[in-house]
Amino acid sequence: MGSIFSFEDGFLFLRSIQLLGIIVIVSIDVYQCYITMLTEIVEKPGLIRSGQVSLKVNGNPVQLNLLPWVSLLDAIRDHAGLTGTKKGCDHGQCGACTVICDGKRIVSCLTLAVMKDGSEITTIEGVAPEGDLHPLQKAFIEHDAFQCGYCTPGQICSAIGMMKEGKAKSREEVKELMSGNLCRCGANTNIIDAIMEVQNQDAHE
Amino acid sequence: MEASQKQVGQPLSRLEGQLKVTGTAKYSGDYQVPGLLYGYVINSTITKGKITRLDTGRAKAVPGIVEVFTYENRPSLAWFDLQYADMDAPPGSPFRPLQDEEILYNGQPIGLVVAESFELARYGATLVEVECEEEAFETDLRKEASKARSPKIGMATMLKPLPPRPKGKFEKAYQESPAQVSAEYYHGTEHHNPLELFATTTIYEGDGKLTIYDKTQGTINSQLYVSNIFGLKYKDVRVISPYVGGAFGSALRPQYQLFLSVMAALELKQSVLVTLDRQQMFTFGHRPPTIQQTRFSADMDGKVTAMNHLAIGETSRFEDYTEVVVNWSHMLYPAANTLMQYKLVELDVYSPLDMRSPGGSTGMHAIESTMDELAYKTKIDPLQLRLINYSEDDVSLNRPYSSKELRQCYLQGAERFGWDKRSPEPRSMRRGNKLVGYGMATGIWEANQLPAKADAILTTDGKLRVNSAVTDIGTGTLTVMTQIAADELGMKIEDVEFLYGDSKKPFAPIQGGSFTVSTVGSAVKVAGAALKKKLFSIAKKMKDSVFSKADLKEVVFEDSRIFLRSDRSKSVSFLEIIEANGGKPIKVSKFSVPSLLKQKKYSRATHSAAFVEVEVDEQLGIVNVTRAITAVAAGKIINPKTARSQILGGMIWGISKALREETIQDFNLGKYMNQNLAEYHIPVHADIHELDVIFVEENDEIVNALGVKGVGEIGLVAMPPAIANAIYHATGKRINQLPIHFDSLL
Amino acid sequence: MNNFDYLKAGDIQDAIGKSGSCTDSSYIGGGTNLLDLMKYDLAHPTTLIDINHAGTQDAVTETENGGLRLSAFATNADTAWHPLIEEKYPLLSKAILAGASAQIRNMATNGGNLLQRTRCYYFYDANVPCNKREPGSGCSAILGYNRIMAILGTSEHCIAVFPSDMCIALAALEATVNVEGPNGPRSIVFADFHRLPGDTPELDNNLLPGEIITSIDLPPQGFSDNYSYLKLRDRNSYAFALVSVATGLELDGDIIRNARIALGGVAHKPWRVPEAEEFLVGKAASEENFAQAADIILRGATGYQYNDFKIELAKRAIIRNGMMALHPETQLPGALPSA
Ligand SMILES: Cc1cc2nc3c(=O)[nH]c(=O)nc-3n(C[C@H](O)[C@H](O)[C@H](O)COP(=O)(O)OP(=O)(O)OC[C@H]3O[C@@H](n4cnc5c(N)ncnc54)[C@H](O)[C@@H]3O)c2cc1C
Ligand code: SF4
Ligand code: FES
Ligand code: FES
Repeated sequence: MGSIFSFEDGFLFLRSIQLLGIIVIVSIDVYQCYITMLTEIVEKPGLIRSGQVSLKVNGNPVQLNLLPWVSLLDAIRDHAGLTGTKKGCDHGQCGACTVICDGKRIVSCLTLAVMKDGSEITTIEGVAPEGDLHPLQKAFIEHDAFQCGYCTPGQICSAIGMMKEGKAKSREEVKELMSGNLCRCGANTNIIDAIMEVQNQDAHE
Repeated sequence: MEASQKQVGQPLSRLEGQLKVTGTAKYSGDYQVPGLLYGYVINSTITKGKITRLDTGRAKAVPGIVEVFTYENRPSLAWFDLQYADMDAPPGSPFRPLQDEEILYNGQPIGLVVAESFELARYGATLVEVECEEEAFETDLRKEASKARSPKIGMATMLKPLPPRPKGKFEKAYQESPAQVSAEYYHGTEHHNPLELFATTTIYEGDGKLTIYDKTQGTINSQLYVSNIFGLKYKDVRVISPYVGGAFGSALRPQYQLFLSVMAALELKQSVLVTLDRQQMFTFGHRPPTIQQTRFSADMDGKVTAMNHLAIGETSRFEDYTEVVVNWSHMLYPAANTLMQYKLVELDVYSPLDMRSPGGSTGMHAIESTMDELAYKTKIDPLQLRLINYSEDDVSLNRPYSSKELRQCYLQGAERFGWDKRSPEPRSMRRGNKLVGYGMATGIWEANQLPAKADAILTTDGKLRVNSAVTDIGTGTLTVMTQIAADELGMKIEDVEFLYGDSKKPFAPIQGGSFTVSTVGSAVKVAGAALKKKLFSIAKKMKDSVFSKADLKEVVFEDSRIFLRSDRSKSVSFLEIIEANGGKPIKVSKFSVPSLLKQKKYSRATHSAAFVEVEVDEQLGIVNVTRAITAVAAGKIINPKTARSQILGGMIWGISKALREETIQDFNLGKYMNQNLAEYHIPVHADIHELDVIFVEENDEIVNALGVKGVGEIGLVAMPPAIANAIYHATGKRINQLPIHFDSLL
Repeated sequence: MNNFDYLKAGDIQDAIGKSGSCTDSSYIGGGTNLLDLMKYDLAHPTTLIDINHAGTQDAVTETENGGLRLSAFATNADTAWHPLIEEKYPLLSKAILAGASAQIRNMATNGGNLLQRTRCYYFYDANVPCNKREPGSGCSAILGYNRIMAILGTSEHCIAVFPSDMCIALAALEATVNVEGPNGPRSIVFADFHRLPGDTPELDNNLLPGEIITSIDLPPQGFSDNYSYLKLRDRNSYAFALVSVATGLELDGDIIRNARIALGGVAHKPWRVPEAEEFLVGKAASEENFAQAADIILRGATGYQYNDFKIELAKRAIIRNGMMALHPETQLPGALPSA
């Protein structure tokens, strides 16, 4: 499988376009070696001890050796190499970094990786089985529910979390409970349309 | 049926959609290479003065911190202003990061900490000791308004015409008219705040070669900037930017993270990622605060007799950033007497920078609010007043429009909105404890085209590949260009590949001003046409060619084949042509240049009409835009789905500008106080209600070969005044300062 | 942000012990406020003691007197959506749900919510004078852009606002905060928990060093028939209150038997004036009576130029929320004004 995670690949985006239609998921062993490498960099004398953090990311066990000051977001991106989760503010103000942690949507920038030791994390890369799309992902494409796409991973993870909570029924309730995810491109109406469509489908099943 | 026009006009879903919804689309901060270093910027905490002491010792002593760059140890670099000037640089002297000890504005980058991890770099930034000598500063536009002066002229002003010359005798005509309105308008600073943080990953390739993943609206712009400043060969600097997490003008100019990332990579001979944090996103360009005064008059039939519009905008001390603010009213309304003035005030801030619908959204707010007042003065329905003053021509320049279906925008928009249900008196409509108001406004934006180049290649597997350096900032460029190319050659979308976002590819200008489709689309079209010609000439020379006697006009391109028009049973497939070409790909390169001679005789503009319903809580002043419709005349719409999204996005920006966003300035401190997304309020989902878009048919054979005009800005311009007008209609209160806070309606 | 040692507390005593044995330590709950401050370089603990597992994360237990006990370690979301809270203390549920975002409420703990710090712009900018951040340095807000600042209970040293929504409801409900510390457990009535700035603006509340909030008790009266939380802000969601009101009424027909009104966004602590509540007892639940109560509540309110509007806004909000409490069924998501 063509891995998106090839370090030296300067032509990556060309490949990405060729791979259109194929979901590319990072294979765990590829980033595992990266993690080991980073750990060596980080563990320097004089600073505070790093510790082992075990996470289950998208179903795959991941062992990270991290200093306490690494946020869950940076652990996912810089250490586990899953860059689908985005950083838009690093202060809980935008929702771009939303992931699902032990079944609940959270902003990964405002928690520490060490605090989530033992947790199960689902990121955008893992919301659907490999090679498949989650109904929300399909609906987002169909409804043109993004422009630049930067808020999209967070919007989708957040919507999955919201639907699991089961508290939002009406469109107004969905809007309120999705308000923790900003979209600067102004795809708001299309995003809510996409979510409502999936939510209504689910309701009929 | 003609083979062409099959893809163009289709509501195709974005081709990069899968990559974006699965998190596989990579933005400029998503490239991780072995040994990547992280840079964190240190910013000035004073507004003006000099650095008197710098101590980086503590930071450098921390293991894992590789280097701290400041003006004291930065490499010596290019000397001339021109070398720092990018494609969008206003007249003046561009800001040079880490140039010297001078502090020109609050938040100015004064250092870069480079470390082995992001956390270490960020920590290091807190350890650098900086002492400064502060000088007096001024950041208050309104306080300094009396110092307004005329702007300097330069390259960038080419696309930004000065106000038109005065016409007739404004003062006299105004005084003698029975209906007069005059008003003052103000909006404060706004920051683009794309959701993506500005990031540049510079990959150090060795041998003076760099591959740079930059957040930019112009790969070639960044490439030239880097090459010029760091004295590198153009071919050694490759800037790649396929996915841009929103920009809205903020990435029209190379920002300082690019400079710092490249500088560090070159000095350290390692790859470096510099990402700005959200606070730092407020330390470069912004929409300038602007004061406007209007004086419009009309006769009692509603004919506008005289218009005076003065705008005073903010600029920095080092560049004269200008906008087109006051030119629009006379492009719309044929008053015989006009006086348009535009001035600047220098302040101790960073240079402003084009932000979605720059100038247009500012000017139209004042113009269309003033027109609304005039409607009440003359007791004429606001829509009727626009129709009374409708002009087929651009009277400001005495020339016709290449096309103008604004009248249809007014009529179709009004019809779908139900404008006829509006009762004219303010405060006369309500719903429960809410006052209801209807407001409308006109929108206008220029339809420009710039030169650009594209390659078109028929690959050995019979597929089409089109190349351009252009970016796709979320506007749908990839999809739209693919559609244009597919139609030009009569191919299926799946068989066409558009490669973009790479400075190695053929030239495209910066992506902004709603001119990308007309500019790059035209290049794609001419490249496609040239490729057709070449394919045909090869096909003609093939052994026993069915086309031996035909010329290009007698064939059609369809289904990846060339057919003889008169006898469809005769055709040659692209694969056969490749075979005839010895199995080699067939490539053409083509520059598209706007036909200036033809265009010069016309004004070219996009138009719109926005209709807005607001509900205002009578007791508490809370405003909701409950319904809005924008009818747009923007020439041919290549992709109604992505174009609609552009307009919706623009409308939401309009709601934001009218009711939400503002950068709060503290003039005592000379700084912005809400440099974060918790207090810089952009709309949340709960703020956005029913929105609708109408594309009015508009045929334009002059504007460019595609007949397209662009939809990036037009969705925004009419919304702020339409909302302000609706609020007036609901409450009887005219609030001329944006954003309109609900407490101003108490 | 500086690095720090990270310790996990197994139970409350363990947490208190760990806190006692290191200097500059901080407890961490959800981290949504503390990490925010640390990233802005405004808080610099050298040890973080994770107390998420120090007590029960089950949000709610019933108490003997017929009230409920909220775990300090439960999340805001689990609390707001707990069936017992939704049923018996809907005012609290609504107030919590009006705060922050769904994601943050899934992280934020009840204990942390009580201790969140002000959102004053100047407090958040480490490079400008602020008495709360740096006692004695001055207050930049008084003469600065003070739109979001306090109108009640201010001092010449600080005009900051306490930003919590949850706590406004807790104040109205007369909750009690249970804490444990190096000197043993104690309970603090809600009105005494948060402080006014006075000349010690650096202190937000009366928690002592090393003390840990373990739970919050709600008395039996939950005002579940007539209640309303109204939050007025610069956008419809995901923004802090400029003014918020928590109102609980006990009615006998039209006549008010018991009333609670607490204001948020106007002071350094949730603002309650018992005199105004007493005034309402025995009176009809009408706009006029709520207006008079509002006048009592807002006695002595002062604006600082950009926040002058809050005085009139607070008055109207009290009146409106009183009327909204009569029709809780019509309330809208996000504590927006309803009919
Ligand atoms: C973008 C954004 C928007 C927000 N909007 C709102 C809003 O609209 N309304 C609102 O009310 N809130 C809002 N919040 C604030 C949010 O509610 C608080 O951050 C949250 O409640 C804090 O809880 P926490 O568990 O995360 O606290 P932490 O960050 O973990 O801790 C905060 C403080 O409390 C201490 N602490 C925590 N738990 C205990 C305990 N049990 N005993 C003793 N000390 C303890 C910590 O040491 C720390 O000093 C917002 C936050 C963000 C980031
Ligand atoms: S109001 Fe309080 S928190 Fe804000 S600047 Fe003044 S002292 Fe600091
Ligand atoms: S990056 Fe976490 S909320 Fe913005
Ligand atoms: S799609 Fe660009 S921010 Fe939402």
